[in-house]
Order: sequence, then C-alpha cells, then structure tokens
Amino acid sequence: MRLGSGRAAATRKVVLGGLGRRRAQTAVLVATVLTAVTASLLATGLLVGSSAPFDRAFSQQHGAHLTAEVDAAKATAAQLAATTRLAGVAATAGPFPMTTVHADLADAPGAAGPDLPPLAVVGRDDRAGPVDRVSLVDGSWVDRPGEIVLAASLDFRVPTGTRLVVRDLPGSPELTVVGIARSTSRTADAWVTSAQLSALTAAGGQAGYEMLYRLDEAGTAAAVHAGQDAVEDALPDGAVTATRSYLDLRRDANAVSAAYVPFVAAFGVLGLAMSTLIISIVVSGAVGAARWRIGVLKSLGFTPGQVVTAYAAQTLAPAAVGVGLGVLLGNLLAVPVLADQADAYGGPDPTIPLWVDAAVTAGALALVAGAAVASARRAGRMRTVEAISLGRAPRAGRGRLARRLAGRLPLPRPVSLGLANPFARPARAAVLAAAVGLGALGVTFAVGLGTTLTMIQKENGGESPAAVAVHLGHAGGEPGGGQREAAPGEAPGPGGGPAGPETVTVDPAAVAAAVAAQPGTASYYGLAQTRLGVRGMVGAADVSALTGDPAVAARRLITGRWLAAPGEAVADTRLLRAAGARVGDQITVTDAGRAATVLVVGEVFDGNDDANLLTMSSSLSGLRLDLAPEEFGVDLAPGTDLTSYLQAAEDALAPLGADAEANEGDESTVIVAMISLITTLTLMIVVVAVLGVLNTVVLDTRERVHDLGVFKALGMTPRQTIVMVVTSVAGIGAVAGLVGVPLGIGLHHAVVPLMGDAITTGMPAAYIDVYGSPALAALAVGGLVIAAAGAMLPATWAAGTRTATALRTE
Amino acid sequence: MTTPSSPTPAGPPGAAPAQGRPERAQQAGAGTWTAAGDPVIEARGLTKAYGTGAPALVDVSLTVRAGEAVAIVGPSGSGKSTLLNLIAGLDRPTAGSVTVGGERIDQMSETASARYRRAGVGMVFQFFNLLDDLTVLDNILLPAQLAGLDRARARQRAADLLGYLGIARHAAAYPGRLSGGERQRVAVARALMNSPAVLLADEPTGALDRGAARDVQQLLVDLGREGLTIVLVTHDIALARACATRTVELVDGAVARDVLVSRGLTPTGDTPFTGPTALTGHAGITGGTAAAGDGAVAR
Repeated sequence: MRLGSGRAAATRKVVLGGLGRRRAQTAVLVATVLTAVTASLLATGLLVGSSAPFDRAFSQQHGAHLTAEVDAAKATAAQLAATTRLAGVAATAGPFPMTTVHADLADAPGAAGPDLPPLAVVGRDDRAGPVDRVSLVDGSWVDRPGEIVLAASLDFRVPTGTRLVVRDLPGSPELTVVGIARSTSRTADAWVTSAQLSALTAAGGQAGYEMLYRLDEAGTAAAVHAGQDAVEDALPDGAVTATRSYLDLRRDANAVSAAYVPFVAAFGVLGLAMSTLIISIVVSGAVGAARWRIGVLKSLGFTPGQVVTAYAAQTLAPAAVGVGLGVLLGNLLAVPVLADQADAYGGPDPTIPLWVDAAVTAGALALVAGAAVASARRAGRMRTVEAISLGRAPRAGRGRLARRLAGRLPLPRPVSLGLANPFARPARAAVLAAAVGLGALGVTFAVGLGTTLTMIQKENGGESPAAVAVHLGHAGGEPGGGQREAAPGEAPGPGGGPAGPETVTVDPAAVAAAVAAQPGTASYYGLAQTRLGVRGMVGAADVSALTGDPAVAARRLITGRWLAAPGEAVADTRLLRAAGARVGDQITVTDAGRAATVLVVGEVFDGNDDANLLTMSSSLSGLRLDLAPEEFGVDLAPGTDLTSYLQAAEDALAPLGADAEANEGDESTVIVAMISLITTLTLMIVVVAVLGVLNTVVLDTRERVHDLGVFKALGMTPRQTIVMVVTSVAGIGAVAGLVGVPLGIGLHHAVVPLMGDAITTGMPAAYIDVYGSPALAALAVGGLVIAAAGAMLPATWAAGTRTATALRTE
Repeated sequence: MTTPSSPTPAGPPGAAPAQGRPERAQQAGAGTWTAAGDPVIEARGLTKAYGTGAPALVDVSLTVRAGEAVAIVGPSGSGKSTLLNLIAGLDRPTAGSVTVGGERIDQMSETASARYRRAGVGMVFQFFNLLDDLTVLDNILLPAQLAGLDRARARQRAADLLGYLGIARHAAAYPGRLSGGERQRVAVARALMNSPAVLLADEPTGALDRGAARDVQQLLVDLGREGLTIVLVTHDIALARACATRTVELVDGAVARDVLVSRGLTPTGDTPFTGPTALTGHAGITGGTAAAGDGAVAR
C-alpha cells in the first residue's frame, strides 16, 4: 500500500516537474485543445441544439407531419375525411375550410403599418384535437362569428380588441381580434369559426380545405413524401393543390443556425486535426527533450508503464484545462445564435445539450490521450542506456544529403543551413508542415467566407442596387395613403410622427412624376409589396410588384436572367422549391379566387426566410389588387453628384410626403455575427498554427543549441542566426501554405453552397468564385507568414544566447 | 606533410587578398593587425563571475604580442577556458577589458563580436565542435561562407588547407568517421580558413590518444613557427613546452606565473617545421622572440 502510494507520488512529481519546466508547450497544448473543442462544440451544439425549440413545440402541439391544401371544387369533405383511414396515417385534423382575405385595420390609422398582408384564414372551432393543438399566446380562442385569432408568426402585431375590416367583400364584414395563437405547423395566418369562414366564403371568397396529418413514419423526407403520395392517390386528380412537410418547416426554423453549421463544423474538423498533429509534436518533443531524464528515471526504477503514465499525464493535464475552457467558450458563443430559435417558439432559451458537452469533452480527451500515449510509449520502450547516452540530439546522419545539396545552392550559408534543417527530423517536419498547411487552409477558407458574406451583405442589404431610395410616408387607413413624418426641427409627437395632427395624403403617381422629373434621374422603378398564394405551395409568398424600369431593381441571379417585360418574373430558390418549379416554368399566383400566371425567367438570390417573387405590377393585373408603389429606387445619370441630387430630391419630394436617401441598405446582424465568429475561429486556428511552429522551433533550437554555439563561435552573427532559424521552418511553411491555399479554396467552394442550402437558397457563382489574384497572392505567402511568426521568438532567443553558454550546453 | 607553395604576406583588414588566401573579413572587429612583436591581445583587470559563487577569473591582466605562442596552463577550474572565451569574445567579463588588434572585444555588440571571431581569430576546441551533419569540406568552408567570401576562392583555400593538413582524402567524409586526430586537424583547418591573426586552442589534445595528441602538437608547433599568434589553453605541460614561447599559469582565477620559454622542444624529436608560411597568412613573424607580457614573472 505504502509502496503504491510512493510510486504514485513519484509519478506525480515527475508530471508536475515536467509541466513546470515546459510552460511554452503547456500553453500551446491549452490553446490548441481550446480551439478544437470550441469549434467542435459549437458545430455539434448548433446542429443539435438549434432544433430543440421547434422539436419541443412540435411535439407538444402534436404538429402536422403533412399539411395538404385541397381544392373544394374537386374533393368533398367526406373524401378528405376518408383519408384518415389510409395506411400509414396515425391521426388527422380537418378538413378545415379555408380562404384568403384582405383585411385592413378598421380604426386607428397607422397602428399596424400601411397595409395588412392577405391572410390565409382557416375555419376552426376548436384549437385542440389530435393534430396541431394550437397554443394561445394572448387572449382567447374564437367562439363566435365576428371574431378572429391571428397567428403569432405574422410579421405584424396588433393588440387583442383590434377591429379588422374586409373591405373587398360585400358588406365589408368586420372581425375583432380576440387572441394571438401559435401553430408550430404554421397551418394558418388566422383562425375564425367555421360559421364565420362560411360567411366569408359565401360573400365571394374562394373555398378550399386544409387537412392535417400525423404519419406513422415521418423521420425522413421520403417517409413524408410517401404519406403525401398516399393522400394524393386517395383523392381525385388535381384535388390537392399544395402540400408541406414539417421537415421543410423544421429546416426553415433552424435556417439561421443551420447556416452556421457548415463553416463552424469545418473549423471544428480543422481544429481537431491541428490538435492531433500539434499534440503529437508536443508530446514527442517533450519525450525527445526529456530522453536523458527518462533514462535517469528508468535507472532509478521507473517502469515503462509509469513513464508512459507520467508523460501522457503531462499532456492530459493541460489538455483538460483546454477542454474545460473550450466547452465554456463554445457554450457562450452558441447563446446568441440559439436564442433566435427561442424567439420563434417561446419557451426557455435553448442551450447546447449537456450530452453534447459530455461527448465533445470525452472525444477531445480521448484524442489527446491517444496521441499522448502513442508518443509516450516511445519513451516507455526506450532502453535506459540508450536514453542516457543519446541525450537530446537528433539521430546523427539524418538530413546529411539535404545539407550537402543545400550547401551547393547559390544562397547565403545561413539560409541553406536552415532550409536543410527539417530533413534531420522528417517526421516532425511533416507534422509541422501539416499544421502550417491546415493553418493556411483555415485562413484561405476564412478569407473566402468573409468575402462571400461581405458581398452578400453589400448586395442584399437593400431592396435593390439603386443609388437612391425614395420612401413614401407612413400610410393612413387607406392603401396608398400616408402620414407625413416629422420634419427636421419639428417636435416629434408620440411614435415619432409630427407633433401636430397635420396629415398629408401621399400620391404615389405624383411622387413617381417628381422622381422622373428630378434632374440627374437616369431611370427608376416603383415597388409595391404584398403576399400572395402560389399554386403548389402551402402558405403565401412575398411578391414584389414593379413599375417603371425593372432593370434598376436587378439583383444577383443564380440562374437565368432578370425580368424585362410584363408577364415575366424572377423567384428565389425557396419559392421555386416550395412550388416545385424551375426557371422556364410558369407560376400561378392567386388571391381571393383570382389568378395570374407569370413566366419565371430567373432564379434570384435571396437570403431572407420567406419565399419571394418579383414581377411587373402589370403582370398581376388579373388579381385586381391595389399595387401602388410604396417606394422607388433611382439610378442616377453618369456624373450626377449624389449629395446634390439628394438635397434637390428632398426639396421636391418632401411636400409630397416622401423622402429620398442614399440606398445604403441595412446591415444583417446574422452576417455580422457570422463574420465575427469566423474571425474569432480563424484567429484561434492561426494562433494554434503559430504556437505549433513556435513549439517546434523551440524544441529544435534546444536540441541543436550546441551546434548553434559552434556556428556563433565561427562568426555567425545574430542576424544570420535569426535567418537560419526562421529559414528552418520558412521553407516548410511556404510549401505547406501553397498546398493549403487550394485546399482552403476547395473547402470554401464546398461549404458556401451548404450554407445557402441551409437557408434554402442556391448560391450565385459570383459568391463562390471570390478569390481574386491579389487575394491569392497574399494567401500564397500565408504559410510562410505563419511559419516566420512562430519561429521569430525562438530565433531571437537563439540569436541572443551567449556563445559560451550555448557551447557549454550538451 | 606537403604544403602550398605561395607565401602570403600579412595585411590589414580590407587589404586586397593575396593569391590563395581568402580576403580577410572586411568587417569591424579584427582591427588593424600589428607587426611582429606588437601587442595583439591586451587583457586588463579581467574578472569573470558566474552567479554568486567564487569568480572564475580575478583581476587578470595579460598582453600577447604578435607571433607569440602563449600557453595558459593550470589545474581544472583555474579559469583557463574562461580567459580564452573572453579573448574569443564568446563571453563578456564581469569587469575589466579585452582589446584585440586595437578593438575592445568586451564592449562589442553580438554582431560585431561575431564578425571579430570570423576575421580575427580561429578557434580549436577540446571536443572539436565539428558539425556532424556537414562533410569535412563543408565544416572547413563554414567560416568563409558565413563571412560571405567568394565561393571559388574559399574552396581553393579549403583545398589548400586540406592538403596542407594531410586530410584531403577525407574531404567528402563526415567527421564521425574520422579518428580523433583527424577531426582535430579538420578543426584546425576550419580555424585557419579565414586566415586569422590569432589561433585560440582550448585543450586541443585533451580528447586525443597519445599518438594523435603528438600529431596535433606538431601541427601547432609548425603553425607557431610560421608566425601565427597562438593562445593555447592546456593542462598538458608537454604540449605547452613544445608549442609555447611563453607560459602563463593560472591558479584560482589569477595569474600565478608568466614565463618565457624556448620553443622547439619537440617531444618527438622531429625537426622543427621550416617550410613556407602560406597557410597562416602571417609570414614574417618569427618564433621564439616574444617578450613576456605585462606582469610577467620569469622564474
């Protein structure tokens, strides 16, 4: 017992002694493991944790795996009810009658913005049931005609008690908002009683049915698709007008965090690879440097097992610190990303699940332990006499050919000596090259990502690339009406409007005329936005209706071309996928029983989370909507001074209730957060690579300190010493960097489309091919810079070492 | 032993190099070398302490004149190697000064000190300090390469030295394959590569067997006879008597004796070397005429 305690104490002393002596290596280990664990945890945590709010809410509500919209003219309620008995269907809700209404606020102009979007209204007397148990956020459920409950997922909010009026139906029926409710399955924008729905339908709206299904097997898209096929087969041809899988909703719900996952995961893999490499360098270096000490320990009676334990523990102790800090940092960095999901579904802010923390911790420690034990076993197996006699010098004979050949190069001798140095330790040099290469890869990848995201930020912050944006004043109760904003110097009233009751009616046509007449205007477009149904797609799409010159509104395309004429449209990836359409197909947009068909001529990039369609206003004339422009985009004639133009435009437009400003667009907080995270992770990767180089050069320099003394005794100056030491890794760094750059570009090209896919958009080629010649030239020397930065400190130390001291060091 | 045939007169740093001799370093540090008999090395009040223990050297003063071969002798720990390191600029004194060729070595920057070692002195160590990863030829070329000297001339100079020292057949070999005596010859060749004004040798026979030690001893005698200024640290009295024109004994870090001796007491009885003086580059310096240094005590 005492003997065992004594052995443990001896091993402990060896471990602590080793840690105390090798502070630089200990710091490198901590930083390396910290980076790897942070990135890995963040990637895994976002992947797993971001789904939690949706999954929890979906489960609590018995959400619908499949939502089907059915044309009431082609299928009866009884036929729909019969689908309940289909094989594979676990439960159903419905059929619920549904229609689309255009509602406005009956009172208090300005309370909810200029227009309320069209609402997909479902007649549903009971919010409970076997499927889609809608939860109330505020107020109560509809109990009688004249009441309406709005979905919490709508872009606008009105308080309960607000009265809505449906002006385009005979009698302009009024509905009072009695509650706000949340459906995880997003089965409606609003709910009314069945009786009220019938009244709205009878008054002129188109009737349809909504049927909700829970399936026995719904874990995969294929399983949900099989259920969809079964339902469609059971109903008359063409009866099902649209379907939606809960998996699409789930993906949309997690889109933001899902967009993080590809690049964070890439950094995680990079970090883990670098950790493994650098840990092997550190441990083998520690073993190599302590060879003589190991020999002494073994001569004193340490068993091979104790030696392995001692040196593995010297690695595991700092690694455990790195893991702990990495878990903490990873969790902290995940908080703001995951909080977005909590906002959408209520409940507590999600966090990275504990099992993910535990799994990453265990995995990282296992990795470190594996690398450490593999290297430490060398120490354990080493013969005592060999360990004592060899000391720390590299095995003689290695790299001689390289030195001989390098010596013949027309280079200064310190340079040729440094270039040949890695060949004395080929395994270490290879690992170092891999670490530097991964660092260069990480930097290249990060530069590409940053460039891509910056381009997206710059090009998509506003509605269009137009130089000037003209906004109409806030609307009153009438579509197209507006309320003048407070002028400069005018005391603002409640809500930021002018103090006085003065209200002007904004005439879009007059504003358009003023814009057209403004000197310096080259061309302009007018934009009205609304939400419309799209045949084949559940829910509504954001539709932008253009007047004027559509070319001014042209945005980055993924495929096809920009719309140029009435009847043409461009759509984003989300809409095309949801509607099952492609460029070249015709799409039918619907509203209140009316339809208009447009030809999709291009797929436009759009990073927002709604389906989008852009077309000319005249393309939608069949819908008989009021699509008066709400804003204008203006391109200026060449040579026009923007400031002067804005000043003159402001003078002309202010009396009309409009204002002009430079179209600088908004900054996406998500992109800003992504760029910040990428910068952080890249810095960590680079620091790890630099520390890895530093650690290796320290080991090399210590091993060769006697040779260094000889060089200095023969007249090597401090500058030559620095050149020799830096060159000893610069060659490796340069080559590894050159290899890392194309790999980083490849990784970028693979990850960016995945990020786009996460938010359901394709990626324009311009957002992928972002590496210009200057950037490539700079990146090509990245490995060299990393290597030089890591070598500079030990090189300076080597240069400053007294010659006599170096010569005495054996 | 065969020797090159082109004597080369000594010259100041920066002077046009004579045929077969690499140009002396043009860097600062070597100073203007003096004619035979002039002081080359002047140490004044040298003290060197390591940590808090007893100092390795205490107030040592010493003058070495051009052409002298001075043997520093004394027991282990007497400060011999420390004194040599200070003269070589490998270390800095705690107090006192070292002037070589008119330049204060102890006040030089690391860069100037390195340039001084390149140009002004050649060093031979007890354990050779050859670089095992470099061939014999590359080891010998190293000082010239560090000085940035012309490649062709450097290689010619190295070839001359290899021939002169009888190790030409080992040019492509690695030092680990040579005997101790051969390695020390390589070290001497390397020390002479830049035609230094002073050769500093620290226990040059200390790691050699008797035969090899005798061989190296003869080499040093020959170099001394050529007029090369030599400072030799040894505890081998026979070596000191054979090579030195003067013996300085250190005891406990202080000069105990400073004695002029007659050179040429070759223990083997070989005829003293009288050949051309091509290798040291210091023709005109004749042996056996040096006076004792400051504070010399002839007993």
